[in-house]
Amino acid sequence: MALIQPIKTPPLTTFTVPFVAALAGFFGLFVGIANGSGILGLLVGAVVGAVLAYALVSFVPDKRTGTLISLAIFAVVGLLLAGLSGLVGGAIIGFILGWFTYWLHSGKYRMGVPIYSTPREVLWHNSYKFICGLIFFFLIAPIITVMPLSFNAENFFTFTPGMLALDPEAYSLKHYRDFFGNPDWQQALRNSVQIAPAATLLSVTLGTLAAIGLSQPHVPFRRAIMAILISPMIVPLIISAAGMYFFYSRIGLQGTYVGVVLAHAALGIPFVIITVTATLVGFDDSLTRAAANMGANPVTTFFKVQMPLILPGVISGGLFAFITSFDEVVVVLFVGSAGQKTLPWQMFTGLREQISPTILAVATILVGISILLLTTVELLRRRSERLRGMSPG
Amino acid sequence: MKLKSLMLMTGAAVAAAPMAFAQDMADSMTLVSWGGAYQNSQVKAYADPYKEMHPEVEIVWDESSNEAVAKLRAMNEAGNITWDLVDVVASDAIRLCDEGLAMEYDPDELLAEAPDGTSASDDFGDLIVSDCFIPQIVYSTTFGYRTDMVPEGVEPPSEICDVFDLETYPGKRALEKRPINNMEWALLCDGVAKEDVYDVLETEEGQAQALAKLDTIKDEVIWWSAGADTPQLLADGEVFMGSTYNGRLFSVIEEQDQPVAMMWDAQVFDLDGWIIPAGLPEDRLARVMDFVKFATDTQRLADQAKYISYGPARESSAPLVSTHADLGIEMAPHMPTDPNNATNTFLYNYEWWADYRDDLDAKFQAWLAQ
Repeated sequence: MALIQPIKTPPLTTFTVPFVAALAGFFGLFVGIANGSGILGLLVGAVVGAVLAYALVSFVPDKRTGTLISLAIFAVVGLLLAGLSGLVGGAIIGFILGWFTYWLHSGKYRMGVPIYSTPREVLWHNSYKFICGLIFFFLIAPIITVMPLSFNAENFFTFTPGMLALDPEAYSLKHYRDFFGNPDWQQALRNSVQIAPAATLLSVTLGTLAAIGLSQPHVPFRRAIMAILISPMIVPLIISAAGMYFFYSRIGLQGTYVGVVLAHAALGIPFVIITVTATLVGFDDSLTRAAANMGANPVTTFFKVQMPLILPGVISGGLFAFITSFDEVVVVLFVGSAGQKTLPWQMFTGLREQISPTILAVATILVGISILLLTTVELLRRRSERLRGMSPG
Repeated sequence: MKLKSLMLMTGAAVAAAPMAFAQDMADSMTLVSWGGAYQNSQVKAYADPYKEMHPEVEIVWDESSNEAVAKLRAMNEAGNITWDLVDVVASDAIRLCDEGLAMEYDPDELLAEAPDGTSASDDFGDLIVSDCFIPQIVYSTTFGYRTDMVPEGVEPPSEICDVFDLETYPGKRALEKRPINNMEWALLCDGVAKEDVYDVLETEEGQAQALAKLDTIKDEVIWWSAGADTPQLLADGEVFMGSTYNGRLFSVIEEQDQPVAMMWDAQVFDLDGWIIPAGLPEDRLARVMDFVKFATDTQRLADQAKYISYGPARESSAPLVSTHADLGIEMAPHMPTDPNNATNTFLYNYEWWADYRDDLDAKFQAWLAQ
């Protein structure tokens, strides 16, 4: 393995130039479509890319200088053509094209594959990475788009010309102010903050007990019971919601906090059962027997021995239950009444009756909270793996 | 812990409610409306002054008027009516009344007289289109257009048929995703006289004629279903012209300052008002009746026009309409009923649509899918 292969420089005109031209054509296509003619954009982009790649490789051997030059050229052209936003867009495109040219020319594109790979394998490896990047972009773009729009100074979901020109006047925090100042939104926030923790507490308690019980080998009909407990996750939400509506109406729970909390707990329990059951798989039963041997009763054993070890599973199940309750709109529309209006409910009606960017401000805040919660889950999962010795420290 | 006990208490309070509030009037009310600027006008004009007079009353708003018919049916089936007063359009009120889900009432008993002593039934007049319907406002569905998208050297659109004229006015249009209004407009622009529209629309050929006329612009149409859609599309510059409720256009033009103008030609009048759900317990019914009497009196209906450009349903309110609460502009010229705006109006025929709605809905949806 120790042999260091000299990295061969690929041919300029038959390799680097066409590839850079293709990427530049791809960018040109988008710029062209935005300005009315995709084909023209594609052609101009390809030509510009080819010239750029040839010039950079031939005259600027240093990678960093070359990339900066490319960035500067595109930024200035962008600024002249489309103002401040053109500057930013141009700088990004220029940087990518410059980096791409040197990445190809220096032969670094072969880094990720074994030395004996055929050109076709190398191409596939890099296209695969590129496709993965596109899919990632496709998944994340709608969420990212929402964020700048929430700082819109207008009352519509529109990127105004002012926003595109990065004019500070076109941005404002007024939708965030509306969220924190408007009694409707504050009431909805209060309801959500009251309902979600209560539902989480309930589903964590019941779900953990159920998971522990169902992990005992001597319990009869384990699979059937498990299937029933998991069913709220599988049955379409609207069916559960309609069923709960009629059932809760009969017993006087419809339109009460208790009703909404119970309904959300039922939706959260499956998540807790699944995560806790998963952690129990790695749990060594001889530990409970050892505790019993030393005189601890089952309750003490549970809190002192079992609970600390399955805690990561319990917490991540709890977080899923919390997010379920916090994001849920269908069931609460049926089971709740206007007094229990939660954030998602308020967003739902807001979107339908009055398209106001306050919804985007709330969405941005919620995305932030979700990221925090999921990061916590991931950290806990790693800790649990480390404790169980499944991955190195 | 605190939260839990709080919730237990709430639960207990709800369970005990029928016993605890055995006196004349309930202390809380759930009002159902459309949300947005319209509901806001109701809060400012009716609910806030009412709360000032009766501070003990708690008013909860539910923005569910869109699905009011379906939800009232479900509530009736579950035997659990949680709404006290529901804002619906006239055609929904007629349906709810026919199904027995809305309460019939006597206008002269429930509603206040006009200040000059005219009885409520005379003051509201023909607008009480159903025995259950308590009218509030007259609104219209009409067109607005982007002033900056009018082609150069061309007069801005002013007639309903300009919507169908793609040559002079190229660009996207926003139309509501249902046959009502669209079919009538299409026939009007295909040479059918105003008074013959519903006679023609009754026949298969007439329906085909209307759809054929709509076919000429189908490729350029973006279909909307919520009242907020067209304002958003106009503000975006996504469409050149679009139909929506006149109050929404007023908000886009005057409050949001967008480059949009009204086109009042062939505006279609419609009514919106309250219904009281059938089968309310006595204490809640008493509270609602007290509120309705207050909220539909001459002054209150005139006050509502300070916040939104919909015409009050009482004849006696019209002279009292004043200026916009924040902008200070005269509201009368923005009312659909203003003589300058109402030079060419179209009367929406409730009874005809009640008979033909299901049939035409199906045809229209099939045409959309083609």
